Amino acid sequence: MYKILKAEFIAPNVKSFIIEAPHIAKKRQAGQFIILRVHDKGERIPITIADSNPDEGWINIIVQGLGKTSAHLNTLETGDHLQDLVGPLGLPTHIENWGTLVCISGGVGTAEALPIAAAGKAAGNRVISIIGARNKDLIIAENHMAELVDEVRISTDDGSAGRHGLVTDVLQDLMDEGVKPDMIVAIGPLPMMAAVSNQTKAIGIPTMVSLNAIMVDGTGMCGACRATVGGKTVFVCVDGPEFDGHQVDFKELGMRQKMYQKQEAESHKCFLERQMKKLKAEQVLAEV
Amino acid sequence: MKRERPQSFNTVPIKERLTIPRQDMPEQDALQRSTNFLEVNLGLNPEQAVIEAQRCIECKNPTCMDGCPVNIKIPDFIQLICNEDFLGAADKIKEDNSLPAVCGRVCPQETQCEEVCVVGKRFEAVAIGRLERFVADYAMIHGNGSTKVFDKPEPSGQKVAIVGSGPAGLAVASDLIKEGHEITVFEALHEFGGVLVYGIPEFRLPKAILREEVANLEAMGVKFVKNFIVGRTMTIQELMADEGFDAVFLGLGAGLPRFMNIPGENLNGVYSANEFLTRSNLMRGYEFPEWDTPLYRAKHAIIVGGGNTAMDAVRTAKRLGADEASIVYRRSEEEMPARNEEIHHAKEEGVAFLNLVNPIKFIGDEQGNVIAAECLRMELGEPDGSGRRRPIPMKGSEFTMKVDMVVIAVGNGSNPLIAQTTPEIETNKWGNIVADEDGKTSMEGVYAGGDIVSGGATVILAMGAGRKSAAAISEYLKSKVGSVV
Ligand SMILES: Cc1cc2nc3c(=O)[nH]c(=O)nc-3n(C[C@H](O)[C@H](O)[C@H](O)COP(=O)(O)OP(=O)(O)OC[C@H]3O[C@@H](n4cnc5c(N)ncnc54)[C@H](O)[C@@H]3O)c2cc1C
Ligand SMILES: Cc1cc2nc3c(=O)[nH]c(=O)nc-3n(C[C@H](O)[C@H](O)[C@H](O)COP(=O)(O)OP(=O)(O)OC[C@H]3O[C@@H](n4cnc5c(N)ncnc54)[C@H](O)[C@@H]3O)c2cc1C
Ligand code: SF4
Ligand code: FES
Repeated sequence: MYKILKAEFIAPNVKSFIIEAPHIAKKRQAGQFIILRVHDKGERIPITIADSNPDEGWINIIVQGLGKTSAHLNTLETGDHLQDLVGPLGLPTHIENWGTLVCISGGVGTAEALPIAAAGKAAGNRVISIIGARNKDLIIAENHMAELVDEVRISTDDGSAGRHGLVTDVLQDLMDEGVKPDMIVAIGPLPMMAAVSNQTKAIGIPTMVSLNAIMVDGTGMCGACRATVGGKTVFVCVDGPEFDGHQVDFKELGMRQKMYQKQEAESHKCFLERQMKKLKAEQVLAEV
Repeated sequence: MKRERPQSFNTVPIKERLTIPRQDMPEQDALQRSTNFLEVNLGLNPEQAVIEAQRCIECKNPTCMDGCPVNIKIPDFIQLICNEDFLGAADKIKEDNSLPAVCGRVCPQETQCEEVCVVGKRFEAVAIGRLERFVADYAMIHGNGSTKVFDKPEPSGQKVAIVGSGPAGLAVASDLIKEGHEITVFEALHEFGGVLVYGIPEFRLPKAILREEVANLEAMGVKFVKNFIVGRTMTIQELMADEGFDAVFLGLGAGLPRFMNIPGENLNGVYSANEFLTRSNLMRGYEFPEWDTPLYRAKHAIIVGGGNTAMDAVRTAKRLGADEASIVYRRSEEEMPARNEEIHHAKEEGVAFLNLVNPIKFIGDEQGNVIAAECLRMELGEPDGSGRRRPIPMKGSEFTMKVDMVVIAVGNGSNPLIAQTTPEIETNKWGNIVADEDGKTSMEGVYAGGDIVSGGATVILAMGAGRKSAAAISEYLKSKVGSVV
């Protein structure tokens, strides 16, 4: 069992966890992730390591409650335990001093972009972060990011914060202002990564994306996580998770991510019903 | 093989023995079992076991032992069964095989011990596998697992790390703990047993057996660490230099699924056998949504391949509710590497066999779900490198099948993780770790055995390799003490 040293919501439905994991904390590098199980009948889900402290022996993960497992995970509190935790998995991000690095992130992807921005900065790059969200409340880790990089820009779909528009609009603004990105890292929802890759391919800026394939073991044993990159099949868990965005078959990956949509919805519904029952029982108890 | 003959307890005159029919394995009814995941074979009862044991004619030169890769003293344990000393028989087997309840269930006996049984030359072979399973199960229920009281040896002060908890790793642990070494087994997954827990289904090998075996080893002092990937969580170098392990055994298995590299293989609903079976067995997808991991419940499933893995996958698909679950195999049934019993059981359960057929393309709908498989018929030509007749495509024989799930079970390659993180360890062109007869690798103090060395093979071969490595590690550790003093 793996102890949760601290758990707190940092945005609606997005929770940050500090978890005791001394071996992983010592080993992990930017871009790597863990696989966890919440309980003994749970599925294995991959989550990026957002931060770690090798001396104190903990890692930090940031989780968006999407379906059954992540929603269940986000009900856990400080002092609770995870059933299973394994890592660090995946290849570390390839970092070098490119010059100007633009880290584009959307949604919970910003948590995943943090370690890469930090490593990029440490390698000597000028790092600009572009954070996109549907609205102001859904922006996460903006302050944390601001501490790490040279400049943070925001875009929201509804204009409630930063530029009214998409991250690709902000990237265009930057370039119109004369910024010449040497490297772009895009992490977030698939359509966002596809849009950025599309935009940068046309102008020839190398772009790295982090693929969220559905995984099981995370060790290369099952092939659940396969994706097509440059016309070849890769296993995201061991060959990635980062790939050249200009080579990724986003359409196929998008379809593969929906492989269990029906079952996921069923599972989530069961979970919510159980939660409701628990809540009602507690209410009844409180009234007595 | 010359050896002392065991004391005879068989009271049946020799001639009569040959007239006793081979005892049938009681099994769950085929129709009933094709809808549940409970074990198919129910095991002989004690009366049947004694009768079956009495079929042994006590040959002067018992060839059966040579057929067994770990040379279990088969005639000896059979005589103990004749004497109704079932615990004694289990102990006798355990001198050579620490997982008899597993091997009795999954060994391909018809190509090993039973193939060379003298009785089998003229009549049906003595059912050695069924007897092995019987005494192992008996000992689990009546003898608290390891029947012999284990005398704790003097601690040697030396530490051995075992990487991987499959049959190879468990065999090493069982041998080396008895010599007083400190043993830690590191496993990447969240359960111990390797393929025995993630690959082979519950209906063939109940998980409770593995749990019991692991608990026995734990009681003997073996430490088990799950969720620990050597090469990622810690490297071999770190285990040896920082954590003080004197020797390391690598029993990593052949965990890299092969695909066919044909169009449409990444469509939704196309699985590797490893993924399909892992979702079902390790993650218990067949109990979704009670368990969280989802799994396809297909109506028209095809499974490509002809080995044990393919049989396990097709029978799983059937149990998950498929109207049609078919094996698609490019050779004929004769060439199928699967155990006879599995093929037989699959047929009884209503599995269809499309032999001499090979898929060339999978076709999907707009959402990327597989809806059809385009196949070619094959004919057999001259024997190939494997000695089996080579399948040759028949021109113009294309046809299309409606499918909503495909499982690719065409074998496994070697997981490259350790090779990537430990370049000191030599691998061959297939990615297998290079090791000598004793499992010694090119890195000092590091041994390897099982599927990671041989390529995908069998449980008993993996255990046999583990035992050889254990003996070599033991010698190595002694020499290390010698050189320090
Ligand atoms: C390398 C990697 C790093 C990730 N890092 C983070 C992170 O830092 N924070 C975060 O909130 N999320 C992260 N994710 C996504 C996270 O794993 C999924 O959100 C989670 O698995 C959803 O499970 P669920 O049961 O809550 O939702 P579900 O309702 O089951 O699924 C919602 C969506 O999540 C995806 N998904 C479902 N099961 C899995 C699975 N076993 N493996 C991978 N994806 C799955 C599917 O595309 C699905 O459509 C990462 C994914 C990958 C591959
Ligand atoms: C579906 C299926 C059915 C089969 N049926 C039969 C049968 O009926 N009869 C038979 O004799 N054989 C059968 N086999 C073959 C048999 O299971 C294997 O030959 C045998 O399990 C090999 O044992 P092993 O110990 O070498 O490896 P495995 O059983 O593969 O175990 C290796 C273990 O090592 C772990 N591991 C790998 N890398 C690392 C790492 N870096 N760090 C930590 N842990 C790691 C893996 O997670 C795994 O648990 C079958 C195989 C399959 C897939
Ligand atoms: S060969 Fe067959 S009959 Fe002869 S001793 Fe062995 S098991 Fe018995
Ligand atoms: S998750 Fe199984 S191979 Fe990548």
